[in-house]
Amino acid sequence: MIAMKKKSSKPKGLDDRIFDIVALFICALVLLLVLYPLWYVIICSFSDPNAVTGGQVVFWPVGFTMEGYATIMDYEPIWIGYRNTIYYTVVGTGFNLFLTLPCAYALARHDFKGRNFIMMLFTFTMFFSGGTIPTYMVMKDLGVMNTVWAMILPYGVNVMNLIIARTFFQNSVPYEIQEAAMIDGCSNTKMFLQIVMPLAMPMIAVIMLYYMVAHWNVYFRALLYMSDPNKYPLQLYLRNILLFDQMLDLMEGDAEAIEAMTRRLQLRASIKYGIVVVSSLPVLIIYPLLQKYFAKGIMVGAVKG
Amino acid sequence: MQRNSTFSNKCARYMRSILKNYELYLFVLPALAYLFIYCYLPMYGVQIAFKDYRVGKGILGSEWVGLKHFHKFLGNATNRDLIWNTLQLSVETLIVGFPLPIIFALILNEVQQKRFRKVVQTVSYAPHFISTVVLVSMLTLFLDKNTGIINTMLRFFGAGPFDFMTRSDWFPHIYVISDIWQNLGWNSIIYISALASVDVALHEAARIDGASRLQRIIYVDFPCIFPTVAIMLILQTGNLMTVGFEKAYLMQNPLNLGSSEIISTYVYKMGLLYNQYSYSTAINLFNSVVNCILLVTVNGIVRRLSDSGLW
Repeated sequence: MIAMKKKSSKPKGLDDRIFDIVALFICALVLLLVLYPLWYVIICSFSDPNAVTGGQVVFWPVGFTMEGYATIMDYEPIWIGYRNTIYYTVVGTGFNLFLTLPCAYALARHDFKGRNFIMMLFTFTMFFSGGTIPTYMVMKDLGVMNTVWAMILPYGVNVMNLIIARTFFQNSVPYEIQEAAMIDGCSNTKMFLQIVMPLAMPMIAVIMLYYMVAHWNVYFRALLYMSDPNKYPLQLYLRNILLFDQMLDLMEGDAEAIEAMTRRLQLRASIKYGIVVVSSLPVLIIYPLLQKYFAKGIMVGAVKG
Repeated sequence: MQRNSTFSNKCARYMRSILKNYELYLFVLPALAYLFIYCYLPMYGVQIAFKDYRVGKGILGSEWVGLKHFHKFLGNATNRDLIWNTLQLSVETLIVGFPLPIIFALILNEVQQKRFRKVVQTVSYAPHFISTVVLVSMLTLFLDKNTGIINTMLRFFGAGPFDFMTRSDWFPHIYVISDIWQNLGWNSIIYISALASVDVALHEAARIDGASRLQRIIYVDFPCIFPTVAIMLILQTGNLMTVGFEKAYLMQNPLNLGSSEIISTYVYKMGLLYNQYSYSTAINLFNSVVNCILLVTVNGIVRRLSDSGLW
């Protein structure tokens, strides 16, 4: 009660109140503009395909049906892609963390000689690279085509993530604790694993998310280095299905009756929307869980450092 | 004699510190090995830009041809269109896409309802996590001439159906607008957290001096986050010429090629679809060099103007 009174008694000019409303309005507008396309995809995936192509679906599913999803469930390539992508994501993210975290920690230590030089080697690659072809040639010489390495090797250390990790180790893990441990005779490895890492969990969660999402969403590497359809990641299958309309074997059975055929063709619309939902869901579920760490100064520290 | 001993002392101390921290060197070793193999080995291969690379002869055995491939690329009028397309796309992204997250962060920061602010923030991040393939699929579905929602809406207002995806003149706009949709919230994170660290005392002082909310945004908030803005601007201009291959390539079709063929997609096609390794590498190198020059220039300008820069 008292608090309320205090709030209302605070002098507030008319300008400020108008400003409040405008700010709220703009934010609501952004919310709507971001959310509606996502919502539209979801309702279309549950709607009758005829209603979708006829433009009747606007706010709610029209002619609710799970037919699209049932077809997706039976469509094997999607699940091969899913399996491969999960595999690449897990192995790849582990590889990323193994490379990034120890390196970032070493680079964060003031008593580590040569850290500026090593950091420069990394930063340089942010702005200059060998390019597609020379990289392709190296990968070819390494003989990693069509293996899991072709998917994870090109994305070992992301320099931005390295900088974020280094800045966090430097600024948010108190050096006094490390010094005390050192005096007690703690080795660097032990210190990193048992003292520093547990303190850096929020940052590790964020970096892990960045790496995971990158692995989940990549398709260009697969386009370059993967030619065996059994090893395609999900995104490559998605491209073939969603953009190149390669759903021929999805439409099995006799297509003699014209009616049945048009029905299947129409079903494509809601299948496409359904595939978008199915393929994006894991990532869209995970990120809100880690969202609270995003703005915790992890990013801003990285840019200032 | 004495100088010599201090030098050897220094050396000894240096060695001792290295030995004491030998584990730290092991820590960076895997990442360095990766960096060497994946980033620096390809740079060695860049020399094929000045050679006529033949698979049979290898990198070293191929013949030097000087700037032949660069002349070939720059001497052709259609190739100059590529550069123009690339610039158009990235400059439009920069001019429209760069200020919006800043404005969004400044406005969101003023919203008093904490819960609402949180919801807007969380939701606005969502599109960032959608893959390029899915995004482009959504675009083709939404913008379809006959069945897309956009054309359905336009029909409602009496505007004729447009075949957006196949029109050259629409390509950059679709590219930029969808980019903003995807990254507005995400790109604002950095400004939001910079705003969170603005000193409350500054706002108090400004309020006492009679500054309105808008004035406080312009004269307190914005100057406080300016260093962050400057660095983001430099980073983004540093990537001006490397504008997203993935999305442009996916959005391409024979009809919009006039504006959707950009340097990176051309490099890919020349190199891996037509096997012109040297030519493709040369274009890429040209692109990288222009990029680096841009980065250094913008960094210099920003440094001179505001004292904050990358280096």
